[in-house]
Amino acid sequence: MELLSLLIWLPILGGGLVIFVGNERADTARWLSVAISIIIFVMSLSLYTGFDSTTHLMQFVEKASWISQLNINYHIGVDGISMPLIILTTFSTVLVLIAGWEVIQKRTAHYMAAFLMMEGLIIGVFSSLDAILFYAFWEASLIPMLLIIGIWGGDNRVYAAVKFFLYTFLGSVFMLVSLIYMYNKGGSFSILDMHNLSLTATEQTWIFWAFFMAFAVKVPMFPVHTWLPDAHVQAPTGGSVILAAIMLKMGGYGFFRFSLPITPDASLQFSDVVISLSLIAIVYIGFVALVQRDMKKLIAYSSISHMGFVTLGVFALFLAYRPGSAEGALLGLEGAMVQMISHGFISAAMFLVVGVLYDRLHSREISTYGGVINSMPKFTGFAVLFAMANAGLPGTSGFVGEFMVILGAVQANIWYAVLAATTLIVGAAYTLWMVKRVFWGPITNPAVETLNDINGREFFVLATLALAVLIMGLYPQPVIEVMHASIDHLLNQALTSKL
Amino acid sequence: MMNTFQFDTASLLVALPEIFLLSAIVVVLLLDLFLTKGFKQVTYYLTQASLLITGVLSYSLIGHPETIIFGNSFVLDDMASVFKVFMMGSAMVAMVYSRHYLTQHDLFRGEYFILVLLSILGMMVMVSGYSLLTLYLGLEILSLSLYTLIAIARNRSGAIEAALKYFVLGAIASGLLLYGMSMIYGISGSLNIVDIAAFSSDANLGSRETLIINFGLVFLVIGIAFKLGAVPFHMWVPDVYQGSPTSVTMFISTVPKIAAVAMLVRLLVDGLGSMHAYWSDLFMILALLSIALGSVVALMQTNIKRMLAYSTISHIGFIMLGFVTGVITGYGAAVFYILVYVLMSLAAFGVIILLNKKGFEAEKISDYKGLSKHSPWFALMMLVVMLSMAGVPPFIGFYSKFFILQQVISAGFVTVAVIAVIFAVISAYYYLQIIKSMYFNDAEQEITVTAPIDMKLVLSINATLILVVGLFPDFWMKLALSLF
Repeated sequence: MELLSLLIWLPILGGGLVIFVGNERADTARWLSVAISIIIFVMSLSLYTGFDSTTHLMQFVEKASWISQLNINYHIGVDGISMPLIILTTFSTVLVLIAGWEVIQKRTAHYMAAFLMMEGLIIGVFSSLDAILFYAFWEASLIPMLLIIGIWGGDNRVYAAVKFFLYTFLGSVFMLVSLIYMYNKGGSFSILDMHNLSLTATEQTWIFWAFFMAFAVKVPMFPVHTWLPDAHVQAPTGGSVILAAIMLKMGGYGFFRFSLPITPDASLQFSDVVISLSLIAIVYIGFVALVQRDMKKLIAYSSISHMGFVTLGVFALFLAYRPGSAEGALLGLEGAMVQMISHGFISAAMFLVVGVLYDRLHSREISTYGGVINSMPKFTGFAVLFAMANAGLPGTSGFVGEFMVILGAVQANIWYAVLAATTLIVGAAYTLWMVKRVFWGPITNPAVETLNDINGREFFVLATLALAVLIMGLYPQPVIEVMHASIDHLLNQALTSKL
Repeated sequence: MMNTFQFDTASLLVALPEIFLLSAIVVVLLLDLFLTKGFKQVTYYLTQASLLITGVLSYSLIGHPETIIFGNSFVLDDMASVFKVFMMGSAMVAMVYSRHYLTQHDLFRGEYFILVLLSILGMMVMVSGYSLLTLYLGLEILSLSLYTLIAIARNRSGAIEAALKYFVLGAIASGLLLYGMSMIYGISGSLNIVDIAAFSSDANLGSRETLIINFGLVFLVIGIAFKLGAVPFHMWVPDVYQGSPTSVTMFISTVPKIAAVAMLVRLLVDGLGSMHAYWSDLFMILALLSIALGSVVALMQTNIKRMLAYSTISHIGFIMLGFVTGVITGYGAAVFYILVYVLMSLAAFGVIILLNKKGFEAEKISDYKGLSKHSPWFALMMLVVMLSMAGVPPFIGFYSKFFILQQVISAGFVTVAVIAVIFAVISAYYYLQIIKSMYFNDAEQEITVTAPIDMKLVLSINATLILVVGLFPDFWMKLALSLF
């Protein structure tokens, strides 16, 4: 097996092995799964080191016949768009498994196994070059998440889990129909062939909206975002982290891989709609986040608002593009990618911060806390750093993506940029206000006084994320560099009419 | 043309599986009379052996050139052989599950197995029947055995009701079918599928003839829809599923469906294929109604057998969609679907039966609460089955739906495909209910699995196949397509 296949199947098989170890031998299961995830992470780094950033062509390609009857192949490969997301996946999984170490006492082996299997499936999503293979991974990744929310979640977990599953399932079946439609037209399920398939305006419209249903639910965009706060609040910390850090990116990735290149004309035609929805998400959902009393809900809404930048950056390209100068459009697209990765770090960190508090006092309510800094100074340091990153402070990764997208949006329409920029204020408001109420001020709840500061394991996880946030914030160049050729190519595809 | 019956060895060889099974039934029947109470297991093992040998005989006939014998009334082709092999395989699995159920509920009697064997003989005749008469005969052998099989639990409340309901409605369906057949016979002058096909595909067919064929066709379709349990001829399905002893429900919901599809193929595809334009419209309506009603009504069920009944109805809808397309690959997709459906349905009922104990039937969805804690392995198996039925990849149920959708869209019915997937999502909700009970709820009572090892083993293989075939569906798809 080649590297990419190993990255997909090793975690899945490893997950099976961990199930076999059993819940009774929890410690073995923990060590084994963390070891597997670290091996996978290290292996995934060779995707980066072996990556040729001068070409937009797929690399690490593997192709084998799978369902010959319908010309479906096991066809995988990565380019500059998917490669960073795969590394983000392997990175986050390691942290999540370590973060769940002693927190998860109920069915530990199954918990660890679910995350490992999900890791493999999500890497499969990001590396599939065959539409049906993509769809299979896309749907299959719902199963572990369904179980994670449903088994290890909070009191209202059943509702949240089922809602999560049905919402995403409903979104994606329309994608399946349009994929089949394109197969019947072009005779191939290869995503790359679909990029070149000529489609009429009507066909593009339908396919665009079918894709939109699938990806917008996943991102999630306003108004189909309602599953996310429920899912996040009920999910265990690890589930929230993976959901926010990786699963939402599957939606953004879909826009990059499917919507823009396959339906460029429809994307152009409906870019206003998408941009409007993105701006609503950025501004309105930002205000919604302001009034939350539940920390996880607040971060969930903040996630929706930040993901609005991704869709904004993607669809602003049509307006930002000037003949002869693609700079604005490129900034938007690359900003969207950077925003996805940065959000992967920051949202993961924010959920872990809430998780640390929740593990101690079993409350997510902001009002339970106050003056946490007095008993947990080290922890507060990290929390404030991540809060600043969430608010988009320059020097953190949160700033880079948002700034690039706003710059791109300026080229498109100054008012888009102005509206999007308000998030820097609203975002700062809801994040810092939460920090103020939770960490500063006098201690109102006597339980807070007895809190223990973070232990070595928590310190390690938060410190790793802090490093990632800072490195991305101060020197994002390596990440932008690897994606540049692919983004450039994507821009060409998006701007070339198929009519 | 005179139909001559030739009873030479060459033509008898073609019907060898049927002949063997019939002889085996006679032997088992007679032997069972002399078995004392302590030796009743012998009947079970003999039944399994007969099924196995019949299956092997059918398997050895795969690849046999298409032969029509007994005066054009019995056909041997790859479809017949492959279907028979599948029927024997699933019947054997069903018998393994049944034995556990029967011993738990004091129903272990020789008659049970003999009736099952008889019904299978009927199904084999249906699969190979190539004249209206043979098809009808096969159907009646099957149906009469099933009526009795349901009533075998005569102390069980609901079983007699189910048997009677099935009998009355089944008789009406048979009557309608027979009426349709008589019309076709009347106008074409022949009972043989070959002659009917030649007659109906005649380019110079007059409008009067077409009208009468269509008139008969409607009744044929209704009769088949009754047998398959398609809406609006589905009323018997939920009651029969719920009222019958679970092992019989499992049997009814699996093997006979293969035979019903075979009969459908013989009558409508082989016989009246040229009339496709007429019957495909009827099928479209039946299919969409089945998918819709099966998906929506199942949402409200609290009894798992009843829920699976509605789930079957919606699966049948998908299968019928395959026939709407009117192309060989579409029929292949439908056949692929029915085989997949049987595999899934067997495993689903297998888990239900697995949890049966003396005086307790795991019939309510709430009976599955906390199963994942007490028996994580079988909860996982049930999870696989439910997700597969919901059409979630990578399980095999996805590929069967996908294949049908692909064919439907290819035939130009994009809207139909969209409607079908919407209902597929709705139906996912009730499959999730079972997963919810098993995984998300805590147990209300202790769940112990008392099943013997052979049942556990077969069930595990059964459910694992759903995943394995899902990962490598190529062979099965090709097989299904090669039958036409």
